[in-house]
Order: sequence, then structure tokens, then C-alpha cells
Amino acid sequence: MPGKTISEKILSRKSGLDARAGDIAVCEIDCALGTDASVPMALDYFAAMGGTVPHDPRRLVFALDHYVPPQSAQTIELHRITTEFARRHGITLHGAGQGIGHQLIVETGRALPGELAVGADSHAVTYGALNCFATGIGSSDLAAAMLCGKIWLRVPASIKVTLTGALSPGVYPKDVALALVGILGADGANYCALEFCGPGVATLAVDDRLVLSNLAVEMGAKNGIFPADATTDAYLYDRTKQAYAAVAPDADAIYVRELAIDLGSLTPRLALPHLVDNVVPLDQAAGTKVHMVYLGTCTGGRLSDFHQARDVLRAAGGVAPGVQLVVTPASRDVRDAMIADGTLADFLSYGATVVEPGCGSCCGTCGVIPPDGATVVSTANRNFKGRMGNPRASIYLASPASCAAAAARGAIADPREVAP
Amino acid sequence: MSGLCLQGRARVFGDDINTDAIISSTRKRESLDPQVLRQYLFEHLSKEFAASVRPGDILVAGKNFGCGSAMEIAVTAVLGAGIPAVVAPSFSRTYFRNAINNGLLPLVCDTRSIGEGDVLSISQADGISICNESNGVRLEPEPLPPIMLAILSAGGLVPYMRQHGSFTL
Repeated sequence: MPGKTISEKILSRKSGLDARAGDIAVCEIDCALGTDASVPMALDYFAAMGGTVPHDPRRLVFALDHYVPPQSAQTIELHRITTEFARRHGITLHGAGQGIGHQLIVETGRALPGELAVGADSHAVTYGALNCFATGIGSSDLAAAMLCGKIWLRVPASIKVTLTGALSPGVYPKDVALALVGILGADGANYCALEFCGPGVATLAVDDRLVLSNLAVEMGAKNGIFPADATTDAYLYDRTKQAYAAVAPDADAIYVRELAIDLGSLTPRLALPHLVDNVVPLDQAAGTKVHMVYLGTCTGGRLSDFHQARDVLRAAGGVAPGVQLVVTPASRDVRDAMIADGTLADFLSYGATVVEPGCGSCCGTCGVIPPDGATVVSTANRNFKGRMGNPRASIYLASPASCAAAAARGAIADPREVAP
Repeated sequence: MSGLCLQGRARVFGDDINTDAIISSTRKRESLDPQVLRQYLFEHLSKEFAASVRPGDILVAGKNFGCGSAMEIAVTAVLGAGIPAVVAPSFSRTYFRNAINNGLLPLVCDTRSIGEGDVLSISQADGISICNESNGVRLEPEPLPPIMLAILSAGGLVPYMRQHGSFTL
């Protein structure tokens, strides 16, 4: 028999089968995330299924992140339902303002190498950065996971993405991810795993890998997984006491497609409205007037993202008149680190609006909504029409540095020119 | 599933229809009730859709239907409008799962021969087949894996879990 990919190996481990691409496997779940946007419906399904007590509450994490702060009686009720169930059953609960569930899963060491995590939110794929098989599900599958601790999965075929070289100054992981979305398209990895490998992986910090795994779902991928290495171990060292067994692919594993990206030759990229795979080299849209710049989300709301954006703004001397800059740290830890090292003060001095940690403006459920006719440049992962709560706004996706360059110039600009 | 027999008007959409286009994320702040949400179906794509949709209508789309968010209301709002099936050449995996789990029939086949308002008949003999009564074209959707058929046959994931308590292959 030929060898196995990382995903085949993890799903074999979790199902007790010799799981191969295309097989259906019933797998034991190590960790399941629900949010204020998915738990209330999941609890309705759970009760309808006859559920009363979760199969294993220790494997569940709930996060109040989509409605922060809650702005209506209805969203307060969604928080109450989620909170009460978590408290009653001893489920880990991250309250409103603690941050985005995905970031908290990663920060608190709940997604580990070689394990299987699911999240009732499509960006659960993010934890693949830590060699965890992680995929998004709906509320109904979360309810079944709560009831029996398991999920059925079709074992994905894997697309091998070999990274070589190292990123040039002014080019960031978001540019790599957007370039990949441009190559594969919005459905180019449907039902597949993206498996990252190659010498370029070692040049990427965990924060960088999280960006690539996070965008995997924008290509339709089931998961986007990295090998584990010393960088992974160092990241997890202070975050978990639990032992884990990382998984590497076999040399003779079978891939459905292979492609290579030379990190050193990449230039800044931009996704144009209103599709994530509408990717062009940033220069093609340079000069487009910008009204709002958004820094945050589970893609681009970590400390390194804010440092990259701040450095461009500092070099450029601040934000151009007429541009609204909105900052939403991905978690309270990220925000506290920004306070401690002066990054938050820098953003405030540039006139930024700072929003409580959470999903913020990303999907229009809370935070600042762009006005009619506004052009927004954002570190987020989706630019669908209406995504940020206003269908009359146009959203461009870019790296934190490119977003900052747009804020500094009041127009789309190459960060390498704005902050050489 | 056995004895499946549906007939309805095709309501046609294009490629890469994301879940925010099916039902805006912002709508779920105010209600999760499918009968409320159905009023806002496709509101940014087709202003007249919600008012003109009739129970029994069948959604027809291009590739990658339901991409984006995994939010379940993108399925329950469609069911709330009385739509029993969605036909597309490909689906996002989360939409496909949510559809099966809620008893919305997702069918994978080439949809280029289907026009807006065509009358479609969906029936099951050996496998599921679609007949476009308006132009006589017959379509054979891809067969579903047994686990999905079992969930659909049970009437969705809720009755399936009530019967089985866990997943069985």
C-alpha cells in the first residue's frame, strides 16, 4: 500500500481505520468550538436529538465573538442561552470581549498536533497551522458532536503546496494566501485538504501559518494543514501541558495535485470586490481611492499583523485625511500586548477607532459598518457583497501592511513604496 | 427517500453564490426563525425573489453553491420558503452537509440546460433523476454516499441521531 498524507494519518488515528482519500470515516473529536452565532441553533438541534448532557463537556469550547458587545435584546438572549448551557455543563466559555473563538482555541492550546478539531464556523480551518486536522461544520453537526463525541468525514484527497525560499520585505503571508486563492480559485480545493510543506515552512512563524490555514476555506478546502516542527513546539510550550503526537506525511503519500510557491518571488496581492478569488497584483489597483481601512479578524488581527501595519503608518507619518481606520484585536491577549508595547497608543495617535476584541466588522454582525459607496481595504478573509453589513460598500482584501499603506495614502498603494 | 417525487419551478442563480448572498449574516442577529428569515432570501442578489418564491420551487445554481460561511440558516431559510431541493454542479462542503442534515435535497449535476421557470420533476427509481419537463432534458445527479442517504432517509440528522444515538457505517 502507498503511504499516507497528514490528513489520512490523523483520520486513521481518530477512526481506527486505515483511512484513505475518499473513504467515509467516523472519527473521535478532540475539540469542538461553538460560537454565539452557532451554539443557540446547535442547542435546539441537541435537544431535538434527545440530548440533555454533552457526551464530553471537556472537549467543548464556546466563545461569544460574533455579537460583541451585544447590541439588541435578541443578541443578549443568544449570549444568555450560550452562557447558561456552558456554565451548567462545565464547558469552557470565553465571554464577550475575550476575542475570536478561533484565536482563543489556538492561544489556549486547545488545538494540538495530530488531533481532530471541528468548529461551528467555517474558519475553524485556522488550527491546521498547528498540525491539527481542523474543519468547519454547521450547528447540526456540532449538536451531533456534543451528543456522541464523533463526526463522520469523507477522508479528503490532499493538494500538496510546497513552499520554498523566504518572503521579501513588504510581502506577507496574506499575500501568499491570496496568491494561492488566485491560483486555485474559490472552489479549486473543494472537499480537499491543503497540505503545506517544503523548506519555506521553517521561515514562517505560527502567526504566519495561521493566515495560510485560515484562507484554506476560501478555496473550498476541508482543511489546510502544516507539518509540526520546533516552531510549533515552541508556540505550544507555554500553552498546554497535554502530550501530543505530531503527524508527518509519508514520502510516498499520494496527492491529487501538487504546486509550488517561491515565497521570495511573490509581490503584494489584492482581492478585488466581490469575490475572494478575484486576486490581482496590488499594483493593478494602485491609486483606487479608499474610505475605510479595517485591521482585525481571525485572518489579520494578531500582534504581528498590527506591528506590520503600525510600522507602515509610522514610516508614512500617519493616516491620510478622510480615511476611517478601524482596529479590532483578535483577542484580549493581543490587545493587552498592544497596550504593553505601545502599539495601541500608536494607533490611537493616528486616530484609529478601536473596537472590543471579537469578530468585529468582518461579517457585519457588530462593530463599525462601512457607509454607502465606501471603498474598504481589509485584513479579513471575505469580500462578498454585503459582508461587512452594507451591500453598497466595496471590499478589497490585502495584507496588514498593504492595508496600512492604503490608510496612509488614502488610496491603494504598494507598502514597499509607502514605507521603503 | 424512497418514493421521492418532487415537481417545481426552477429558480436559477449563477456561480459561487455564497451563504451571505443566500441570507445575510446580519439577519441572524434578529431572528433564527426560518419563517422570518425567508423574507430576506437572496435580498442583495434578487430583490423580488422572497416575494415571488412559492413552496415547491427548486433552486438551481452554478458551481460552488453555498461557499463561505458554514451558517446553518443558509439552509433553514431556504427550507422555510418551502424549497425542497437545490441542484448545482458543485457545492461547498459545509452547505452540502447542512443541507443533508436538515433534509434539503442537494443534487450535483450540470445545470446549464435549466432555465428560469422551467418545470423540474425529481424522482427516484434506481437512483435519483431530474427531468426538465420544459425541454425534455433528463439529468442524472451524482449518487450520494450511504451515510448521507441514511441521514436523508431518516429525515435529517435530528431523527437520525434519535434513532442511532451515534454515527454508524
